[in-house]
Amino acid sequence: MNVDPIRNGIVIDHITAGKGAQIYSLLGLDSLDVSVALIRNVASKRLGRKDIIKIDAEIPVDFDVIGYVDPGATVNIIRNGKTAEKKTMRLPEILTDVIKCKNPRCITTTEQELKHVFRLADADKMEYRCIYCETRAE
Amino acid sequence: MRSIIDILDLSTEELDSLIAVALDIIDHPRKYAHMCDGLKLATLFFEPSTRTRMSFEAAMYELGGHVISMASAASSSAAKGESVADTVKVISCYADIIAIRHPKEGAALVAANNASIPVINGGDGGHCHPTQTLADLLTIHREKGKLGGLTIGVCGDLKFGRTVHSLINAMSRYEGNRFVLISPEELKVPDYVVDEALERKGIPYRETTDLDAAMPELDILYMTRIQRERFFNEEEYLRLKDSYILTADRMKNAGDDMIVMHPLPRVNEISVAVDDDPRACYFKQVLNGKYMRMALMLMLLQEAGKLEGVGTNGSRTVTL
Repeated sequence: MNVDPIRNGIVIDHITAGKGAQIYSLLGLDSLDVSVALIRNVASKRLGRKDIIKIDAEIPVDFDVIGYVDPGATVNIIRNGKTAEKKTMRLPEILTDVIKCKNPRCITTTEQELKHVFRLADADKMEYRCIYCETRAE
Repeated sequence: MRSIIDILDLSTEELDSLIAVALDIIDHPRKYAHMCDGLKLATLFFEPSTRTRMSFEAAMYELGGHVISMASAASSSAAKGESVADTVKVISCYADIIAIRHPKEGAALVAANNASIPVINGGDGGHCHPTQTLADLLTIHREKGKLGGLTIGVCGDLKFGRTVHSLINAMSRYEGNRFVLISPEELKVPDYVVDEALERKGIPYRETTDLDAAMPELDILYMTRIQRERFFNEEEYLRLKDSYILTADRMKNAGDDMIVMHPLPRVNEISVAVDDDPRACYFKQVLNGKYMRMALMLMLLQEAGKLEGVGTNGSRTVTL
């Protein structure tokens, strides 16, 4: 299966197979009015199988979202048909408005305008906790 | 602007300094009687409280300052839907320091992030209650003469008991302490407290449901109330509320120098008969809490520059 190369845009590569849809959703790519391709289960020498997302425009991307879902992914910025920048992802220290706190006792449940902010509590366990109530992200 | 939300916001050196100031206040109360002349504490208690609010108020009065407060959350603008952020922005215009209690976890952090004056967390849901821990630390220091090398039993509601979480966090920073966590299975210490305060630091601890078996090994028994207001399910509360009751008879299992602590209020988890036992220290904690709140307010007001150049005799600098 082939998807045409893009001339100016973003390629999110080396996504662990199965996580592409989650990244697609969390980045809000479904609401873009540019061409976006989510390619699943592509053969990969390094990963065996991987997902790829191609966005046919250089839009602002929340790298924290990608780093949170899949820290092994890479992001390539394509300009004039060439890779202009290559970014490797890592677990972000702080996650803002990516996930919601599920603790019914948390202040975020009653103060709707508050941002849902999580801090990286344990990188080895990929564990995030709400900065307000310390509840672990599910 | 420095605020105190969690006991971990204070280093052990700062805790030592606060204890030293509190002990000096006990010995020389007149020296501190006008330190806060002209300054105002705002107590924002969105949840019923008698002792914590009155302790803060008494502490400020004994420093020569004034107190402004809302009568209750029901009569405040919060009842009209005002956010915590807006409330503290307004109160920052009236007062020099805020003590807040709120039923929602994290409310004190929201207050601190939005206030332009120091905020002290007087309890946010089941999360943290750092000034109770300051009271506990001064009590342990005065009764045991040290803060390390102790076996600390905490008993009762260890899940929602915010005083327990703060105490474990604080005491885990002193060398040689070990913990015995005594609770029903349903009310065990949350994973994050165990992970961050005990597991990662390699602090010895064990969890048990058996208070009697644990008693002989304890230097401190910290009892807590099963808190009805933390349960969404009344049946669950009724099933668990009498899990542990400390009686004079049970105290026979304890060592002669074990002390009994409790953040109060108690319901029935410590029999009144235990009050006469010289090992019972819970009313001493109340008094110690006032002194530590005095020391803490002095520290924060000094850091905020509120104690400089206001005094008539230039004696408002506190050595911390």
